[in-house]
Amino acid sequence: MARAVSTQRKALNTTVAWTIGLLIFFPILWTILTSFKTEAQAIASPPIFIGFDWTLENYAVVQERSNYMRFLWNSVIIAGGSTILGIIIAVPAAWSMAFVPSKRTKDILLWMLSTKMLPAVGVLYPIYLLFIQMGLLDSRAGLVVVLMLINLPIIVWMLYTYFREIPGEILEAARMDGASLREELLYILTPMAVPGIASTLLLNFILAWNEAFWTLNLTAVDAAPLTAFIASYSSPEGLFFAKLSAASTMAIAPILILGWFSQKQLVRGLTFGAVK
Amino acid sequence: MGRIQLKKVTKSFGEVEVIPPLDLTIEDGEFTVFVGPSGCGKSTLLRLIAGLEDITSGHIEIDGTDATNVPPAKRGLAMVFQSYALYPHMSVRKNIAFPLRMAKLDQAEIERRVNGAAEVLNLTDYLDRRPGQLSGGQRQRVAIGRAIVREPAAFLFDEPLSNLDAALRVGMRLEISELHKRLETTMIYVTHDQVEAMTMADKIVVLRAGNIEQVGSPLDLYHSPRNTFVAGFIGSPKMNLFEGPEAQKRDAHTMGVRPEHITVSDSDGLWSGVVGVAEHLGSDTFFHIHETGLADTITVRVDGEVSFKHGDRIHLTPREDVIHRFDGKGLRLA
Repeated sequence: MARAVSTQRKALNTTVAWTIGLLIFFPILWTILTSFKTEAQAIASPPIFIGFDWTLENYAVVQERSNYMRFLWNSVIIAGGSTILGIIIAVPAAWSMAFVPSKRTKDILLWMLSTKMLPAVGVLYPIYLLFIQMGLLDSRAGLVVVLMLINLPIIVWMLYTYFREIPGEILEAARMDGASLREELLYILTPMAVPGIASTLLLNFILAWNEAFWTLNLTAVDAAPLTAFIASYSSPEGLFFAKLSAASTMAIAPILILGWFSQKQLVRGLTFGAVK
Repeated sequence: MGRIQLKKVTKSFGEVEVIPPLDLTIEDGEFTVFVGPSGCGKSTLLRLIAGLEDITSGHIEIDGTDATNVPPAKRGLAMVFQSYALYPHMSVRKNIAFPLRMAKLDQAEIERRVNGAAEVLNLTDYLDRRPGQLSGGQRQRVAIGRAIVREPAAFLFDEPLSNLDAALRVGMRLEISELHKRLETTMIYVTHDQVEAMTMADKIVVLRAGNIEQVGSPLDLYHSPRNTFVAGFIGSPKMNLFEGPEAQKRDAHTMGVRPEHITVSDSDGLWSGVVGVAEHLGSDTFFHIHETGLADTITVRVDGEVSFKHGDRIHLTPREDVIHRFDGKGLRLA
């Protein structure tokens, strides 16, 4: 039965929801606004919210000083590559854990997730040394592998929960109907799991795009993605706020747009399985 | 052809043996029903025949060839699942065509067979719908359609009607029986509903804890149940089973009387008791009688409408020629 909600109550709920939403969005909004100010207005106290002289000067300077497209391309390769590689490894892993579970399946899943609890900096040293030995420092291939490994537990977990939603009887029916394992995966499981696979792809692409620790520590010039592009505009004294903001805006713009257009898919993916 | 033989088949899940060594032959063209309470191993047994579970030891033969290690796809059997297990992303047409596509039949033949099955099952108007747009009964028909197009050696049904409402269940029960009469293909049907078993089967296999309690025709089981378990399980309402002096008088440890084999009277009879609940079905009436000194409740079935009320003291007389007698171990006495 629907609960009766008074108009007052509704107004209150709406206000609270908007306040929380704006609070979360405010840093991004502030960054975008700052990117259109002059350096002096950017650090003015009290801060100027909207009544400043709008300028595109910062974007021009940033564009002039660094090759945005190269950073963007590196980000696309690294985030895209690590996500696709992760999915290829995770689909069979999640399939076997969801449909042919053993006594230890739950333990393996927990163990995989537990690797996410280790602070990344704890393994920086060994990985850095490995990268030097293997000649992978500042290479896109190296970062693709590292980011894939970082996100693999999440990809497997997400796919596992989606696959668990698919009734085993449907796969058994396919087997009775004469489908081989390959046909079963191709014609039955994958089409049924498409929404789940799509939202997993999307979320992991975003996570990989925003990943800063490894991308900053393992790249210098050639493989540097947009995170490094932003970092190159931060200065210890807090100067050049406006230019930093312009660089940040340019870095997050592609993923913000992607997220905006796929928000329906993302929300569905993240709440999938919670409600039957 | 579809003669299925189980030879010394066992199944264990870890330490737990769910099917102790079991022998069973299902003849070609026979409608066999596995019946038993939940957890008796009837579904497991069906899944062993299907190949969806591996047997722990023993052999399964289909038409004389050893199928023990043959994967389910290659056994030539079709299965209808309790949940229907339709492919939700495919239209009805594609669902029914799927096994034919897997068998690499040519398009024209697939078309012909799908249309044929759709006609038989009244699905022609729904071929382009998705399973989600169908009612429970229609989904069940699609599942059956998907099974019959393959022209399998045998059909396996795993409680196919338990998700349907009562009226639809009776209708589908008839349809499946008619399908069997027309196709004359072996069918193995799992149910916990003894009415389905009695009405549909050529042969009933009663299972308890993985053991076969009795195999026989519905009327064999009704007239001469081999033990008290089968006696209590087959027949509705349940047979009255009780111990005590009345049983001893007839040289038995336990005696059994079916509710329809007791006559009631308001004046005289062998036993007497007080009417508890009376269930009036119109065609007949079930009385639950207390204080008989035989058992807590004795159930009596009387044809038509009889006007005894709650609290009335009435007299009961069993038909001596159809009394069932069992020994201390619950086995039937000749």
